[in-house]
Formats: sequence, structure tokens, C-alpha cells
Amino acid sequence: MYDIIVIGGGPAGLTAAIYGVRANKKVLVLESTACGGQIINTTHIENYPVAPHITGLEFGQTLEKQAEDLGVEIEFDYVLHIDPIEGGFQVTTDDDKYTAKTVIIATGTNPRKLRLENEDRFTGRGVSFCATCDGNFYKGKTVAVVGGGNSAAHEALYLSDIAEKVYLIHRRNELRASDALIDQLRARKNIELVLEANVVELSGADKLERIKLDTDREIELNGLFVSIGRVPSVEPLIDGLELSEDKYVTAGEECITNIPGVFVAGDVRTKELRQLVTATSDGAMAATQAINYLSANK
Amino acid sequence: MIIINGTSENFQKEVLESELPVLVDFNATWCPPCQALHPILEEIADEGGDFKIVAVDIDEESELAEQYNVSSIPCLIVFDGGEEVDRKTGLQSKKRLLKMLGK
Repeated sequence: MYDIIVIGGGPAGLTAAIYGVRANKKVLVLESTACGGQIINTTHIENYPVAPHITGLEFGQTLEKQAEDLGVEIEFDYVLHIDPIEGGFQVTTDDDKYTAKTVIIATGTNPRKLRLENEDRFTGRGVSFCATCDGNFYKGKTVAVVGGGNSAAHEALYLSDIAEKVYLIHRRNELRASDALIDQLRARKNIELVLEANVVELSGADKLERIKLDTDREIELNGLFVSIGRVPSVEPLIDGLELSEDKYVTAGEECITNIPGVFVAGDVRTKELRQLVTATSDGAMAATQAINYLSANK
Repeated sequence: MIIINGTSENFQKEVLESELPVLVDFNATWCPPCQALHPILEEIADEGGDFKIVAVDIDEESELAEQYNVSSIPCLIVFDGGEEVDRKTGLQSKKRLLKMLGK
């Protein structure tokens, strides 16, 4: 039985694991794909103290190595659910079952989907959630970005340098993006704002070819970039876990959930600011609370 | 085993006419999740098995990417007997990749 199982190998989870092993606890990290979390998609991290030019991928890989060198065990397996057992928890994954006295949930967030029919079918065939990953496929082509925030504006600006034409589709009559970004958008001749419109239909043969809006307008295009925020990756991990209205795990700065022995760290927690530095901070706090819990429940 | 560099010249022979199932990884040097996937593929290749792994750089081989409608990377396609039998987009774990290969 492990002292601590951390679910998620991003900055929060790996920091928690490092604090755990340094307190002589037996710690396992369960990561569904590769360590690093969302930050690996960031090309340059410029706001993390003392690491002014590091890439997101380097950050993730360095953190992974640091954790392993200190004695953290990492398994790559997808967690299905967590169940309370005598003296702790059983964590069921795709392939195995693991037990631990405490659990730290550090599962992060995923891009919010449009929830349209065919969306999954066209994902990777025209529908994308990352302009910097997939933008290069659309040289000289027509694309649309859905969303009205800063991220959507950044994606539209990035794509306007690559694609021939970029539509920016937003459900409200004005964008939420900053005025500076809106000015930049308006200055680009190949960006067309489409306001007060929702995408209601995706169609095409082998790949996305056309979208339909609720204004009845149809747009022929090659790519659709969805940038409508992120959603926490938590359901349905454990029965009885208290979540906020928008499904983040409810916990204060102490990272203690409503279930004794279950802690939460990083973007998946209810909090004001979701940044690398607050994720690592949460990791340290969640591990410290788990260690305190282990001492109190010997 | 080594990861074979897939090109439009050798794709027919190495992938479509392969006796063994082939995992094709469409990737690019500028794509961070592709770089994160790379060591996982190396590990699978090192351990070996009755399959092949082919990596296709989509900047060098844009025709292949277009031909297979690849528009998000990393894109992993398993070919068996010349037919596409499975496809996944995005970073995958070693276990999920081996599952795609039926291991």
C-alpha cells in the first residue's frame, strides 16, 4: 500500500510527489499519457521565477526526472475511479488496481468541447483545440475560431498569419478579449468577426468541410479551432466528492477536500488563478496536508 | 527495432505491403506533444514485438499527411494488411499504443 497516490503527472501532481518522497513517504504518480500536463504545449514560459527561457516541454521533462531521481514511482495508466477501502483508497485504472492511504487529485483541465454531433469524428480531421499545434496544416486555407476570450483572439491572430481567411465566431455581440487584442483583430484584413452566432452543425465527407450557424449562415472551411475555455477533468472519479457548480473540486488554499484522506492540487481545484506557479504551490500544500493526515491517522 | 523514417517513396513498401501491423506516427519537430511522444515510441521499439513503427514528418511529407487526412498531430494510425484499422490523435500512453497494436 502506498502512502500517497497522486493522480496526474503535471506540475501540481509531480510537485506533490516530490514533497511526499522527501518526507520519506511511498508515493506513486498515475499519469494517463505523458508527464508535464497542459504546460508542455506552451512554447516559452516567461513568468516562472528563475527559469526565464524554458519551454513547457523542458519544464515537464525536467520535473519528471527530478521526481524520479528522488524516488517517485510513475505509472502510465488511465484512472477510472477511486473507492474507499479499510485504511485508505483503492484506485482502479485501465489495467490495474492500486491502494494508498491518501490520494491527491491533480488531474487538471481539458479543452471544453462544442458538444455537437460529429465533433469527435472530425477531431483531428478539421476540428482542433490547439492553433499552435495544428495551425500549419492550414496554409492558405480557410479556418474559423470559436470563442470570444483572450485565448480565442490569440488563436485567430496566430492563424491569420498562416491561413488565407479566418472567421472568429462568438455567441455574444461583443468579444470578452482585451481591447488591445480586439484592436489587433480589427486591423487584420483576413479576419472576419461573426458575432451573435453559435455553430450548430459540422459536416463533410472524410473531413470537415462546412459549418452551419444558428443564424442559418453556412461557412465553407477547412479547419475549426475551438477555444471556448477549459473544463476540469474530474468526473466521475470518486463518489461524494464535493464539486463547485462548474465541476471543480471544492477546496481552499489548504487543498483539503470534503473526503478525509483525499486532497486536491492544481487547476482542477476551485481557485482564482490557474498558473504554473499556483499549481506547484498547490502540490506542496496538498502533499504537506497528506503527510499531516498520515501522521494523525497512524 | 528501429523506428523507420516514413516517406512517400517507401510508404507503399514499409507500411501498405508490410506483413506485420504498422504503427505510423505523423509528427512534426515544432509540435510539443509529438516530442513528448517520441521517447514512448522509442521505448516500445526497443522492447520490440511483431509489429513495425514508422514515423512521418508532416512538414517533409505533406502529401502523405494530406492523403490520410491528418490535420492534428501527433496522429497515430495502425495499418494492418494495407488497411487503416485504428487511429488516435494526441498524446497516448505506452499501454494505449500497445493496445492499438493488439498487444
